Amino acid sequence: MQVDNAVIRAQALCKSYQGQRVVDNIDLMIQAGECFGLLGPNGAGKTTTLRMFLGLTLPESGSLTILGHPIPAVAREARARIGVVPQLDNLDPDFTVAENLRTYASYFGLRGAAVETRITQLLVFANLQHKTDAPIDTLSGGMKRRLTLARALINDPQILILDEPTTGLDPQARQMIWQRLRELKQQGKTLILTTHYMEEAQRLCDRLAIIDHGRIITQGSPDALIQQHIEPYVVEVYGNGVQAASLADGSLPRSARIEQVGETVFIYMSQEDPNVMAMCQRENLRFLHRRATLEDVFLKLTGRDLRE
Amino acid sequence: MRRALFLPALWRWVPVWQRNFAVWYKLFKPAMLGNIVEPLLYLLALGYGLGSFMSSDMAGVPYLHYLASGMACASAMNTASFEGMYSAYTRMIMQGTWVGMMTTPLSLRDVVIGEIIWAGSKGLISTAAILLIATLMGLVADARALWVLPLAWIVGICFGAMAVVITAVAKNYDFFLYYVTLLITPMMLLSGVFFPVDGMPQLLQIGAKCLPLYHAIGLIRPLMLGQHNSDVILHLGVIGGYIALAVPLAIRLVGRRLLT
Repeated sequence: MQVDNAVIRAQALCKSYQGQRVVDNIDLMIQAGECFGLLGPNGAGKTTTLRMFLGLTLPESGSLTILGHPIPAVAREARARIGVVPQLDNLDPDFTVAENLRTYASYFGLRGAAVETRITQLLVFANLQHKTDAPIDTLSGGMKRRLTLARALINDPQILILDEPTTGLDPQARQMIWQRLRELKQQGKTLILTTHYMEEAQRLCDRLAIIDHGRIITQGSPDALIQQHIEPYVVEVYGNGVQAASLADGSLPRSARIEQVGETVFIYMSQEDPNVMAMCQRENLRFLHRRATLEDVFLKLTGRDLRE
Repeated sequence: MRRALFLPALWRWVPVWQRNFAVWYKLFKPAMLGNIVEPLLYLLALGYGLGSFMSSDMAGVPYLHYLASGMACASAMNTASFEGMYSAYTRMIMQGTWVGMMTTPLSLRDVVIGEIIWAGSKGLISTAAILLIATLMGLVADARALWVLPLAWIVGICFGAMAVVITAVAKNYDFFLYYVTLLITPMMLLSGVFFPVDGMPQLLQIGAKCLPLYHAIGLIRPLMLGQHNSDVILHLGVIGGYIALAVPLAIRLVGRRLLT
């Protein structure tokens, strides 16, 4: 980033629970108008970092300013300019769709005709105008997420914080959320999202940080991270009895890196190599030849072991 | 919409209170039915039923009058306590309502204070219902009884704050049974709702006088019966003392739970 237009500046943030560092020396500069992703396995410290941004978790050390307000000292003023889509739905089950937005607006001290206009706009934005008076428990999972997104926009925030915005949604619902988030970015809002869907991060984020064990392992644009950390070409070979050892018999280019996860062998290569495909066809193996993705970077950096 | 997005400090609890009021108002009719029918049944069963066996008055007044004024206080206690426990716990843990509020300009303190004042307001509503019934049954002496309303609100705030302290450390709904069994029920039975404290063993009397319901009754009963109010400062002081301890403790304990 050439121009420093940071809306969030975090320096050396730390937080421990029971002696264990869950946020370990995190530095972040998030620029106005960008979509920034926090990626990491479960328990990596993503949600804790977001809670710090809101003043809901107090950092042990480090400094944090949001829109020029020091956090947690002036968190209230910062929160007035932030919208939040939490990981777990906390829509008010006692209210209808519109009442949820109206009640949430009141927490910002907003009421009256301006709020009603805003609610109408937001329900159109969230494609929920036909559900205005519906009780919350009649909404599908996708509708609830969209309503939560609309609710986060009630105060016309400059920054939108989204904690796993599409977890548990079907592909259609996910596409719709993505489209809305792109629209919001075009309106100039700063988006900060956590996800463990690499496809989501690659599509939406201008920049992202990969976090593991509370530390930022690397950060940059998705393309830059792929270039920096992984060979551009990947062949995945799968099927019963596929063994990394048996493939590495000389038909692979010398520079190829081979990894095996369960029944799948990943061959990472710096160049496309027709010999590899020919070999797979000859051996009658199922394979997929593709470009490297963020997922490859993520797995390389955070390891392939199952978490939790 | 570039205007101040938060309220002045003194009023920040109001949206929290309004949210709870709006939910209550949706089910206002069945709620009021419960507030009216239940005390009415108690008054009829105990007041007429039990009272008819009494050869003399209770502490100088007919038993029905005595009981109505006691129940006006007990009801504020019970209603505020249950609101501050079961309902507040549902909002805090099950629905995530409090954390949702805390991602807006509202702070934990605003939320807890709003909840406590709301619990007090529910106490006021239930006392008001009993006061209405008692007035219609001719059990209230004079217009001085209107002072019962603000007092019931304060008593409700006191029990609401104590309940939120319990809620802050509750691991599940069953935990509230300890508080109800060990504190609320003994207070209900031993603080002078049904019979004067004077007749009890000395130790129980001292116990009752250390707890807020005894003092709530000390304030409210004379107002309903048209008797002289004595020890007003003492009674208000004890109730105020419980509020002064419970509110900061509730804020602190809820903070320990939610602001991790």
